[in-house]
Amino acid sequence: MEQEQFPIRVRGLRNVFGDHVIHEGLDLDVRKGEILGVVGGSGTGKSVLMRTIIGLQIPDAGEVDVLGDTITDAQDDADIDIRSRWGVLFQGGALFSTLTVAENVEVPLREFYPEITDELRHEIARYKVLLSGLPAEATSKYPAELSGGMRKRAGLARALALDPELLFLDEPTAGLDPIGAAAFDQLILKLQQTLGLTVFLITHDLDTLYEICDRVAVIADRKVIAVGSIPELLALDHPWIQEYFNGPRGRAAQDAQVRHDAKEAKISHDAPSRAGQGEA
Amino acid sequence: MRELTDFKLVPADQQGAATLAFSGPMTVSSLGQADTRLRSLGESFATIDISAVTRIDTVGAWTVWRLSRDHDAKITGCSDEAQKLVDAISKADSNAENVRAHRMPLLTRVPAHVGEVIIGLGRGMLQVVGFLGQIMLSAGSLIRHPGRMRMKALVHQMELVGVNSLAIIGLMSFLVGIVIAQQGAVQLRQFGAEIYTVNLVGRLTLRELGVLMTAIMVAGRSGSAFAAQIGTMKLTEEVDAMRTIGVSPMEALVLPRILATMIMMPLLGFYSAVVGIVGGAFLSSITLGIPFFTFLTRIQEVVPLHDVWVGIVKAPMFGLIVALAGCYQGMQVKNNAEEVGARTTAAVVMAIFTVIVLDAFFAVFFTNIGWG
Repeated sequence: MEQEQFPIRVRGLRNVFGDHVIHEGLDLDVRKGEILGVVGGSGTGKSVLMRTIIGLQIPDAGEVDVLGDTITDAQDDADIDIRSRWGVLFQGGALFSTLTVAENVEVPLREFYPEITDELRHEIARYKVLLSGLPAEATSKYPAELSGGMRKRAGLARALALDPELLFLDEPTAGLDPIGAAAFDQLILKLQQTLGLTVFLITHDLDTLYEICDRVAVIADRKVIAVGSIPELLALDHPWIQEYFNGPRGRAAQDAQVRHDAKEAKISHDAPSRAGQGEA
Repeated sequence: MRELTDFKLVPADQQGAATLAFSGPMTVSSLGQADTRLRSLGESFATIDISAVTRIDTVGAWTVWRLSRDHDAKITGCSDEAQKLVDAISKADSNAENVRAHRMPLLTRVPAHVGEVIIGLGRGMLQVVGFLGQIMLSAGSLIRHPGRMRMKALVHQMELVGVNSLAIIGLMSFLVGIVIAQQGAVQLRQFGAEIYTVNLVGRLTLRELGVLMTAIMVAGRSGSAFAAQIGTMKLTEEVDAMRTIGVSPMEALVLPRILATMIMMPLLGFYSAVVGIVGGAFLSSITLGIPFFTFLTRIQEVVPLHDVWVGIVKAPMFGLIVALAGCYQGMQVKNNAEEVGARTTAAVVMAIFTVIVLDAFFAVFFTNIGWG
């Protein structure tokens, strides 16, 4: 039951690089079906936390359970047999540069399900690429021929190749133009709703937090100091949280959200039938 | 054992419409075998019933949707979740084309590839000459503005190319010296001319082998490193960043490497020859009964001085070729990581090949001008 509710559980995590303590007694629970945003200043160990959860980084102490499997018990890579149940999007996309986009998507399929016929695998690769919002021509292109935004979408397509339950995203909207970033936010939200994903999302993008995150976890002072929806976090008087959400950029994002909500309300007030259609 | 997708064809009812009924999970992990059978299904059907499906993901939804598209069948028994997935998939319709990069049939590909290689060789020659010209230009501008010379980079490269390779080149030369002395002595003994082993070792190492073996070793050690370093810097856009800041990659990356190799090659070549002679002397003192120091004294008597010059004159040329090949190939890297490997290999092959060809020319040349 516990495992059903919390696909990711982190307890008492401690990570040390040399003399530098990154995490000390870090606890975190991610609920099933939510989009959890992880924020924190640069160098507070957001990416290290993600790498620890997916087993790329072995912590000095603590326990990490993912989908009921204790990652921190694994002796080597082969021990982690839940890899087919998560997808990871790295910051730069991390596509294999010698394979085309479609072949990149096919790699996990080939690895885990060799019995799938070539035909079906090509079809899967192609619809995943299209689902990620890339044009059909992009399937046969090499990563070097794509723009940064397209590379992220291709990386997302590969992360979704096996229909994972868990999706890890490391700064998905960093380096995208505002229109591209907003579109990417909507894409993640849509996919999460359609596929019933649990999303672990590292971001610096305040708009992303307001737009799509159900809850936000704040990392500071080597641990998760607060987890909650943005209004709940705003109610706390931790200086870093206040500065983060009430700084100039935080305010701008809040205003944008207020405007956005007001517009939606106005549309539904003016033409309830049209809004209803839009949602369907 | 994981659960697999199952399906059966329910025969036509009164209206004449057959139904394809799925059961079990329809997910990426369970569909593999069912898919093969589904594709070879000859019968037609008008309805696809998925009410008995326990779990469905996008692969299942895709399969259902593809079948309904190809057979013009309607889908029944969708749960809300399945409906959502099928709707999403239908918007991402696709045929399994364009997955791979375009590829020509074998019969066209092979001649096309041969043609590309030949044209590439010709073009490569031109580009190398052009690259050499660029190096000359930046060397010229450096002579006019000596303050721009990157001494630190030059000294660092001299250390990497020269000092750090002393041990391996020394070991190699020592062993080569031993081999020449031993094999030479075996042959010369037949004529009772073992004493000529000294001539053989001395002249061969100083004139030819010292420099040639060193060039090969430096090509493998440093030429490849140049190609890989510069190639990786090209991939990560560091070279472009340099250009925009106004730093010439020629001056910052290429020239220090080429100068360092040209300076270190004569030194390493001479060092290699000396160690080779020591190796020969060592073996002679043990097996031929020629005392170590007598061997060294004899060297002075039997090796003409111009043999030393032949070796030393060739060395900077070889150094230039090795460094040029490395830097040139590094600068040609683009697109992906595989290219770095291919270019590094090309740099070493190109360097060693050119060095050996040039050495043959030198051998004839020096004999003809009377330095035999």
